[in-house]
Amino acid sequence: MPVLPGAAWELSPSVSLRPEPFGALAYDFVTRKLSFLKSPMLVDVVRRLGDAADVEDALLGAGVPAAERDRYVAALGRLAASGIIRERVPA
Amino acid sequence: MTIAVERPQGGRLVDQFEYGLDAPICLTWELTYACNLACVHCLSSSGRRDPRELSTDECKALMDEFERMQVFYVNIGGGEPTVRPDFWELLDYAVAHHVGVKFSTNGFRITPERAERLAATDYVDVQISLDGATAEVNDAVRGQGTYDAALRAMANLRAAGMKDFKLSVVCTRHNIGQLDEFKAIADTYGAQLRLTRLRPSGRGADVWDELHPLPHQQRELYDWLVANGDQVLTGDSFFHLSAYGPADGSGTLPGLNLCGAGRVVCLVDPVGDVYACPFAIHDQFLAGNLREDGGFDTIWKTAPLFLDLRSPQTGGACTQCSAYDSCRGGCMAAKFFTGLPLDGPDPECVKGNSETALAGDRERPGSSQDHSHTGTVRNAPVPLTLLRTRPVSACDESPLVSQQ
Amino acid sequence: MTGPETTSPTSPTSPQQAEDVEQEALVEDALVEEISIDGMCGVY
Repeated sequence: MPVLPGAAWELSPSVSLRPEPFGALAYDFVTRKLSFLKSPMLVDVVRRLGDAADVEDALLGAGVPAAERDRYVAALGRLAASGIIRERVPA
Repeated sequence: MTIAVERPQGGRLVDQFEYGLDAPICLTWELTYACNLACVHCLSSSGRRDPRELSTDECKALMDEFERMQVFYVNIGGGEPTVRPDFWELLDYAVAHHVGVKFSTNGFRITPERAERLAATDYVDVQISLDGATAEVNDAVRGQGTYDAALRAMANLRAAGMKDFKLSVVCTRHNIGQLDEFKAIADTYGAQLRLTRLRPSGRGADVWDELHPLPHQQRELYDWLVANGDQVLTGDSFFHLSAYGPADGSGTLPGLNLCGAGRVVCLVDPVGDVYACPFAIHDQFLAGNLREDGGFDTIWKTAPLFLDLRSPQTGGACTQCSAYDSCRGGCMAAKFFTGLPLDGPDPECVKGNSETALAGDRERPGSSQDHSHTGTVRNAPVPLTLLRTRPVSACDESPLVSQQ
Repeated sequence: MTGPETTSPTSPTSPQQAEDVEQEALVEDALVEEISIDGMCGVY
């Protein structure tokens, strides 16, 4: 499922996100998948997702430059594919 | 923060890992040196409990640190961890404090009731040790009755609905020919097969010369892993075999292909000593002690040994070899305990670069500690002289064979 | 993972090698990389 800029996403509750000098490690306790997030800015985007109105909001809040936007959306797509982030269900 | 050498931006994960992490990804925690068995190759020379063992409260305090540091999971071993009376209490504590656990056991204490309880507990995985697909091969290394105990434990886990627990095998000269059978046993019980490397650590140093796979067997193992690798775990034990692959690196086995010691993993031993890795229990690889050096977090982040391991390592003579990028010079512990230089080839270098050194004079450092049983053990290893007589039927080897 | 010798001096880059180089570039460019929790050496 592609991550669309207008959609609302969040970090999956079974995931432990651990900051590191290079970015972060994310471990899903249920699937046992381990992901390596290679930029601190990407980590910032992921942390903002849950409270942001939508993906676009999180990207802006983290200060992702326009030229990098597609790369970051693609990265979110990979995180979605492995279940590290999931779509927010409306309350 | 880790006081680190300047690290590069971005790039491959493995390049970042060489500089170390703010916390281990996973680590081995040997809970006790006590064990009911006396396996000939025991990497921790276990058997007798050490009176200085960490108390229940000290174990819980350590797990509090793991939780704060967000260590993702801990492999609890020993000795035999289930012989500690507080084992099940500690397991529950780990789970309650967001630390995943996989514990390694010989299976003797995995009763049907325990198996039920384990199957109902999230975030706990079990690893059963087995070193032969037949009792004959297994019991020679692990002891009389240990094959039966392992299969009984697996049957109990299967009956309790536990899925994907681990069946872990140390590859030796006598079981390389049984890889398909190991896979079949794992499949029978719904377990995942794990193959790991025999290292000359602990009591392993005494039997390494007779037990380690021969060169042609290493090749057999590599080919088997390439053919079956996506269904089999290895704990990245065999990165030294990746050198069998082509020079462009396309034949590299799955895993980081990197020595994780002091960078992404480490060992905490039963008395609170912290070592770079469970295969390197020796003063040379001792980073500190929990009780004396300010606890685990402080040791992980500041111990001089670890900072040294996280700085660029010289590959020495190996860097000139075309296979270096695949094998990275092999296993530090294997080199150390066979008395080879750390900046030279692995004792099992697939190009044979250690043959001369192994045949020559070398000084083998012994273990720093030895908790081996001194008296007779009920389940003592059964000598391999029995292998000279071929069994008449499979039933001679295992009373459970008709149930498989 | 590429080694010091990726192509022999006389043969041209093969389609497989070109694809491998491209794959490597993609991995290095991507901001997310997945690894197996069992893929660390030093845990038994």
